[in-house]
Parts: sequence; structure tokens; C-alpha cells
Amino acid sequence: MDPKELKRVRMVKRIALEFPDGALVNLGIGLPTMVANYIPDGRTILLQSENGFTGLGPAAQKGQEDPRVVNAGGQPVTIVPGGAFFDSAMSFAIIRGGHVDYTVLGGLEVDMEGNLANYMIPGKMVPGMGGAMDLVAGAKNVIVAMEHVNKNGAPKILKKCTLPLTAKGEVDLIVTDLAFIRVTKRGLVLEEIAEDTTVEEVIKATEAPLQVAGKLGKF
Amino acid sequence: MKPILTAEKAVENIKDGSSLMVSGFMGCGNAFTLVDALINKGSKDLTLITSDTSFPEVGVGRLVCQCRVKQLYASHIGTNPVSGQKMNCGEMAVTLVPQGTFAERIRAKGAGLGGVLTPTGIGTAVEEGKQKLNLNGKDFLLELPLGADFAFVKAEVADKYGNAFLPGATKNMAVVMAMAADYVILEAEKIVEPGELDPDKVTIPGIFISAIVKSTLPASNLQLKP
Repeated sequence: MDPKELKRVRMVKRIALEFPDGALVNLGIGLPTMVANYIPDGRTILLQSENGFTGLGPAAQKGQEDPRVVNAGGQPVTIVPGGAFFDSAMSFAIIRGGHVDYTVLGGLEVDMEGNLANYMIPGKMVPGMGGAMDLVAGAKNVIVAMEHVNKNGAPKILKKCTLPLTAKGEVDLIVTDLAFIRVTKRGLVLEEIAEDTTVEEVIKATEAPLQVAGKLGKF
Repeated sequence: MKPILTAEKAVENIKDGSSLMVSGFMGCGNAFTLVDALINKGSKDLTLITSDTSFPEVGVGRLVCQCRVKQLYASHIGTNPVSGQKMNCGEMAVTLVPQGTFAERIRAKGAGLGGVLTPTGIGTAVEEGKQKLNLNGKDFLLELPLGADFAFVKAEVADKYGNAFLPGATKNMAVVMAMAADYVILEAEKIVEPGELDPDKVTIPGIFISAIVKSTLPASNLQLKP
């Protein structure tokens, strides 16, 4: 595995530890989807696909695709035993009503107040928010999974987001290739760092002030 | 019993400038036969209300690519790059609506509600121009009902009363859209006699349906996808 992929796996493995047995989880497309592959042995989680079911399973095998069963990205997937199909109004009632225990999404920017920007870059990328605004506003726990810095090496964890917000003050955890950070009323708390970095390096790569937890963990 | 029409006949009354809801999610559950008939008819200047603009060559995505849409209401347009181009150059007015709000606005129209109060979009660009209410210490946006002149919904099986079974993830927006348009055209892969569809298997009650059309195009979007 190349070093970048190893870092991604480390991130998603750490996130997967957060879910208690039986949790209902909604994973965003891309990196967050990988979390499903690393659920610890002995635990079972139920995944929601916001286009209309619980019990989202792995991608459909070639030749086994069912055009009636696709994920939120339109890709053919499977439904596991114990799953259930429903319409969009029900699906978003589940989301907005606080019945989803965890959602994991990517981020362009997150700030010290738990604001998240991840759905558009004005003038450049305007795909629409899809279900992200409902998920971030409604899920009990919001986890942002992203690279700690952007392509140019600039911090993505800011004092204040500059891009249009997906939701205000809803982020609970930020997990990056370098750090595990909890959003609290008193600001951002660095609880864990990746095994190949240092607190100094994390602070340097973060624009927002970080409080370092008394008992710092590693992942 | 509902009239069973050809696709051409069913879309006859859709005028240039009409508003149209099309259910489906990334093509999954789009009424391909009805969309095709509308394209062949040459309809244009439509107000299209759909959860996403699918892929360029799939279902509802074709309406956008062939410049038939003047105003679009959708939650996601990222999988069809043509949508973004037309939005940026001003050829098509686009209103992006959070997906859950989109479903509830349509449901509100069909359910006779004056609007819905949602926490989604608070503190974002979505709240611009909308009434905000603080209830029990929490902020909500007032989102207004969304209806249309016509709706296309797609079923696997329909009986001649319009009762429809929509399997798997094809239900998506169809249930609420069937309630919220003046004239609802149901495309079905199979049309059966009353009594042949178990009333317990009905996803959309036939009372909402205006006319039924039998599918002539395959339901799968998968082999068409770029």
C-alpha cells in the first residue's frame, strides 16, 4: 500500500471505532464510504443510503447489478438481510428527526465553532448540497473526515470558514490524516495524533487554536 | 379505472413553459419512456423539478442537455456537468434545495400544508429571503409548498386504477410528487387488472394518478451510464 493510502486507512479505521454496536450510520461518498470496511469484529452497524434504504451493503458484483438498488451516488449496490426500503420523505425524516446516530462526511473547511463548508466553491464547484445539509443538521453525531491540509498545504481547520456553510455549529469530531479533534463549546480539543506526527506539527498545520488533551492518545 | 395512453398522447397537454416534476434518483426510477416522448415532442422552456439532473445521457439528464429546461429546482446537479455549465452561463435558472427540504416542500403541497418548518439550512445561504421562527429555543426556516402542473412517476407494476408498486430504491421522490401535481402520469413496466396487485404492496395509491403509460424503454440506467 502506498503511504497516502495507508494514511487514509488509518483515518477510516479510527473513525470506525467510534460506532457502538447497532448504530445507524450514514456515510458520505468517497473516503467516508471506506469506513464501512473497518468496523471492528463483534460489532454490527446499520448503514443508511439517503436515497431510500437502511441496510446498505457492498457494491454489486459485476453481472449482479440491480438497477433498482443504487446508492446515493447512483452506483449499483446491495442491501443486506435486515434492510428496509422507503421513500425520500421517510428517508429524510429519519435523517432530520435525529434517528441517524452518526454521519461521516468530507470537508473543504471546518472551523473552531463546528461550522462546516463542504458543498460548494463559488464560481468553481456548484454541485448542490444534495442531502448533506439535512444530514449535518439532523444526525446525532457529525464526523468530518478529511486531509488536514489542502493541496497547497494550507490548513483546512480554520478560525472561521470562508466558503459557504453546509451547516452552522453542528460538527462534533474532525478526523484527519494527522489528528483526532473534538469540537467543544470551549473550542477545539486535540485528543489524539497520528503515530507518525507530533503535537507541534499538528498545531502548525491548523489555523484554529487547539487545546491539547491532558491524556493525548495516538492512532 | 384510469386511462391507459401512449406516451405521446399522455404528454400531449404539456405546453412549453409548463412545470414538471420527475421522480428518480441519479436515473434510478426515472420514467425513461415519458421523458423520451417529451423530448421527441420538442417541449421546451420547462420548469423542471427533480431531485438531481442524473447523468447527461440518462433520463431526466437528457432534458437538461437538450436545452429544454428554463428553470430547475433540484438538490444536486454535480453528476451532470452540463447542468452546471448552463447554470453558470445563465441559460438555465437553478434553485438548489436541500434534499430533505425538497421532499417536504413537495409533500406539503400534496398534503395541504401551508409550509414546513425545518432546521436544515439555518446559518447557510439557504436561509436567505426566508422567514425564520424560533420555537422552543430552536431556529427553524419556513419552507413553502412546491407543486407542479405535471408529474412523471415510474412504477414496476400498476393496476388499472393506478395503484402502483415501486420496488427497492426507485420510490425516492415518486410518492410525494404523485401527490403534488395537477396531472400525474404513471409509467409502468407492467399493467395488471384490478385485484392482481396486492393492496398491501401498493406504494402509491391510485387516487393520485391521472393516466397510465406502459414503458417501452428498459428501466436500467446502468448500461447507459458514462
